[in-house]
Amino acid sequence: MSTDLRAKCAIAGLGQTRMGRNFDHQSATGFAAQAIDLALEDAGLKRTDLDGLLVNPGLTWPDATMASFSLQQAMGLRDLTLSATMNIGGATAAAMIMHAAHSIAAGMAKVVACVFADAPLKPPAPDQAKTGSAAAYGFARGLNAAYGQFGVNAMYAFVAQRHMHLYGTKQDHLGAIAVAQRQWANLNPAAQFHDTPMSMADYHASRWVVEPFHLFDCCLVSNGGLAVIVTSAEQAKTLKHPPVYLLGMGQGHPGGDPVDTLVSGAPLAKQIAFKMADIELKDVNFAELYDCYTFTVLVTLEDYGFCKKGEGGPFVENGTIGPNGSLPVNTGGGELSSFYMWGMSPVAEAIVQMRGEAGRRQVPRHDIGLVSGNGGILSTHSTLVLGASA
Amino acid sequence: MASVSKPIPSVTPEMAGFYEGTRRGQLMVRQCEGCGELHFPAHSFCSSCMSARAKWVPVSGRGEIYSYNIMHQVYHPGFATEVPYAVVVVKLEEGPKFVSNVVGIKPHEIRIGMPVEVTFEKMSDDVMLPKFRPRAT
Repeated sequence: MSTDLRAKCAIAGLGQTRMGRNFDHQSATGFAAQAIDLALEDAGLKRTDLDGLLVNPGLTWPDATMASFSLQQAMGLRDLTLSATMNIGGATAAAMIMHAAHSIAAGMAKVVACVFADAPLKPPAPDQAKTGSAAAYGFARGLNAAYGQFGVNAMYAFVAQRHMHLYGTKQDHLGAIAVAQRQWANLNPAAQFHDTPMSMADYHASRWVVEPFHLFDCCLVSNGGLAVIVTSAEQAKTLKHPPVYLLGMGQGHPGGDPVDTLVSGAPLAKQIAFKMADIELKDVNFAELYDCYTFTVLVTLEDYGFCKKGEGGPFVENGTIGPNGSLPVNTGGGELSSFYMWGMSPVAEAIVQMRGEAGRRQVPRHDIGLVSGNGGILSTHSTLVLGASA
Repeated sequence: MASVSKPIPSVTPEMAGFYEGTRRGQLMVRQCEGCGELHFPAHSFCSSCMSARAKWVPVSGRGEIYSYNIMHQVYHPGFATEVPYAVVVVKLEEGPKFVSNVVGIKPHEIRIGMPVEVTFEKMSDDVMLPKFRPRAT
């Protein structure tokens, strides 16, 4: 693996719309355009400066197979030299940033917008229970639906239950992650659960969705858009904010049966990214880990080696990952207590921390940050190592 | 109010052999004719040897609980009167894993490693649905 890309490129702009029950736009495309404009403004650039557009369309994009094309048309962007619609679930955001960096380093683009947007929440009322034929649910043409197995919560629940069985992971361990992230959210005015404290008792009192997941084990499905601008390190230095350098990048996709995926793609992705960044785990000041569920954080901590396999539960027990803990994790409240924009949520918080713009939740040391993305029931993974200096 | 039926799986061409088996009271899995590996459900080719040829073969119907969840939310009205109910992954003695339900036991009595055996529930004239019940070891 070449290390030539270390600090060659940087994130120069961050744009995020209002998150959650936001009905400013009727579709994901509108949120995406708004997020890109905000990111360009943040960087001090214009739409005409863009020559690359990478789009992760989420679940509700109107014409998802050609999302980057439709967004280019909608925004009137001309003469792009890089365009792609990408999707490996929650691992996409970091993968888009890697693709942008590769293209910039190869001289094939100069200023690339990477965007995620989705609009799953509909006014006035959220969807009621789904109806329709079993065939609509896919997988063996509806066989799972015949047994009442619906949605992603239920799939992750299978894996979490195996982890609990094999390693003695307890409900309180998942609760400790939810509580720690809520503590961070209470320090973040932009979080949907800002100013809403949660105790372990509150966690246990929250309704079950799918055991072993309470409501507060699950991410906050949100409307909105989130974009970053990637450019060369040289150009980033001339723009409005200090560059957030891309020190290391990697992907890992283990394959196999998701029910057996007790080790995610993190070890593989980490190996590539850390070698490129020339860092060790002890160099990481803070981590923004993909947290579609509390359980995902637990597995990811194990798989990066912050603790041994199976010891994620005891590791998070005593406030380790919360404010004032030894390893700040998901410092904006994460997808559990702030907002869920797939892999863009952890990317965005890492940029805010790295720039020193996190206010009351600012972590004291923020020279090197770790970002993870995960999708496909722990089967796709991407890693970014970000640096405040090259 | 009339109750809504649970979703009934479509008997697609690739799954037809499976449902023929269940109507005879046999649980079937897919066996690759290239390398002999057992799979479930039907795929268009074998993930080990890429052979596109496979046949349905009967298995013992015995296995153990590999994992489970307990569904508390109503995702489909056909399950409205059953929440909370458990969905299980059964690891069959022959290897493949099978998503299903366990009958004759309460959701919170389910344990990983519990031995189970197949039983069938009639959903329609075409579809007998394999479920599992606890068995003695």
